[in-house]
Amino acid sequence: MTKKQKKMLVRIILSSALMIGLAFLPIEGAARFILYLIPYLIIGYDILKKAVKGILNRQVFNESFLMATATIGAMIIGAAENGDYVEAIAVMLFYQVGELFQSYAVGKSRRSISELMDIRPDHANVEEGGELKMVSPDELAIGTVITVQPGEKIPIDGIVIEGCSSLNTSALTGESLPHDVSEGDEVLSGCINVSGVLKIRTTKEFGESTASKILDLVENASSRKSRSENFISRFAKIYTPAVCFSALALSVIPPLFTVLFLEGSGNWSEWIYRALSFLVASCPCALVISIPLSFFAAIGGASKEGILVKGSNYLEALAQTDHVVLDKTGTLTRGVFEVTAIYPNKLSRDKLIEYAALAEIASSHPIAKGLQRAYGSTLDRSRVNEIKETSGNGVTAIVDGRSVAVGNDKLMETLGIAHVACTDVGTVVHIAIDNEYAGCVVISDVLKPSSAKAISELKKLGIKKTVMLTGDSKAAADEVADSLGIDKTYSELLPHEKVSKLEELICAKSKKTKLAFVGDGINDAPVLSRADIGIAMGAIGSDAAIEAADVVLMDDDPLKIAKAIRISRRCLRIVHQNIGFAISIKLLSLVFVCLGAADMWIAIFADVGVMVLAVLNAIRTSFVKKS
Amino acid sequence: MKKTYKIEVDCANCALKMEDAANKTAGVNKAVVNFMTQKMTVEFEESADEKAVMKTVLKSCKRVEDDCEIYF
Repeated sequence: MTKKQKKMLVRIILSSALMIGLAFLPIEGAARFILYLIPYLIIGYDILKKAVKGILNRQVFNESFLMATATIGAMIIGAAENGDYVEAIAVMLFYQVGELFQSYAVGKSRRSISELMDIRPDHANVEEGGELKMVSPDELAIGTVITVQPGEKIPIDGIVIEGCSSLNTSALTGESLPHDVSEGDEVLSGCINVSGVLKIRTTKEFGESTASKILDLVENASSRKSRSENFISRFAKIYTPAVCFSALALSVIPPLFTVLFLEGSGNWSEWIYRALSFLVASCPCALVISIPLSFFAAIGGASKEGILVKGSNYLEALAQTDHVVLDKTGTLTRGVFEVTAIYPNKLSRDKLIEYAALAEIASSHPIAKGLQRAYGSTLDRSRVNEIKETSGNGVTAIVDGRSVAVGNDKLMETLGIAHVACTDVGTVVHIAIDNEYAGCVVISDVLKPSSAKAISELKKLGIKKTVMLTGDSKAAADEVADSLGIDKTYSELLPHEKVSKLEELICAKSKKTKLAFVGDGINDAPVLSRADIGIAMGAIGSDAAIEAADVVLMDDDPLKIAKAIRISRRCLRIVHQNIGFAISIKLLSLVFVCLGAADMWIAIFADVGVMVLAVLNAIRTSFVKKS
Repeated sequence: MKKTYKIEVDCANCALKMEDAANKTAGVNKAVVNFMTQKMTVEFEESADEKAVMKTVLKSCKRVEDDCEIYF
């Protein structure tokens, strides 16, 4: 509790103790009024002060004014009629208890959510004269060597120059599996060093490092307001004056009406009392506090899962998504070429791969890399001579004294080697040894293990249409789409054609729903920014993607798409619950008060109760179900 | 020019009022108050003197909500 909150608690206790104590004293008249004034002022002096200041500043209609008018009115009615001052004090007391609860709960959830997101490293260790010195990471220039001890956060992005360790990246990606790093590996700030001591040469300034950027993004997220939030602020602006005038009308019109037309006494004090209760019941705070709190909590909860939402408005749009368009390479597939089939003619499978990998040893082409990975062990450069690369066709080389040709159909044709046509989907690489056909290897991009589940999860969420856009060949695209159960595929698209395809899709769907595009963010930036919601995936460390996207998935697991949608829908559901619940209870209690069916006690209970429930409901959004 | 300031305000409704007041201040292009992070982001008009503008922003915020603070 803060100092302010503690002081308020003392005031609440003191005032309620006095109020209860006074109930046992048989004092009447002016003395009674003055005695009851003491607890009233203890609990309410700041409200009265605020109300007066508001009037002086010509900002009459605020909560303090409502509470001050209501309770002063109740005190005067008490003095004039039955000497019952408890009601005024109790109303003020409950109001303050509600305010205290609100500030405590909001403060607490603010702190706990900020803690979830707290990946900001507070210091860096620099070695100076054989000793480690703790410095602020702000001060470090690019290229400084820092030491990170086990258990510490890596403060700045950099490259490991000494030591090996495993890193806990869960603060960044929500992924709990440790990630092993050793010399030469790039490491990102915000990860926790688990096992060994690492020496890191920084490659970025602190402000440009991953941790700072992410934090900046999340902290600014709740500043982009959603439609619900804007609705509430507009609502609050007309609501308070409307309520004040209604209360005034309630206190004047019915008694005036009875006096003028029905020749009754008017029963002024009864109607004034109802008007005052009306004021008490009308406080808009439950709504005003719970909506931004819900969004804030949901954004916080999502970022804990490695899903960064750049604004409440995007969270809202995500909840309305019913079209999901996905990129293929890097999003649904791993974007790395792997050997998926080997068809040797005479040699063993391992031997065939070995020759192919050796011949491709000097090449950095993704296909060559795939062959080298398939071979597995280290390649001996001295076994290979006379490497000749024909661009677009393949490679010829002398391996262990034998001439080896590795390449596509064209290469085989130019060499005049008869080869077998292969019908597998993917890139087919033929291998010939000593001018004799030795077999072929099929290399293709492989699906991520969770892709199929990700698509079925999306369908389960009621996403109407899943579409895949890719620059890849039709055969490769169709195979992927079929195995995943994607509704529609557009293949062989150039980057700018992807944008126009996306525009067609946006025009074709109904205006009320939204379209989300998911890409790996490297070459999808224009598509990401064109979609209603751009989701960049595996974007960790890629500034361009973080810039272009509205939602950033820190790791490259496509299952997170469905999870993000689920979080957003839950948040919006809670927001709508709160809006509906608070407004209907408010209206109901206002009607009851007008009819005289509810007194000031019920009015204050309705006000504080709704607020407490709405705040608790809002905090619920930060709990994200593990799946 | 865009700058972010730490603020102190107790209730969400008051934060809305502060935002409103700040937006009406001369020299301010757009102001956003974030109650949850207790921050105010102000986009100044060109050629506006930041310190002077913030002084008026604070003054007009104090007018609508006495119990608030902006640190600049």
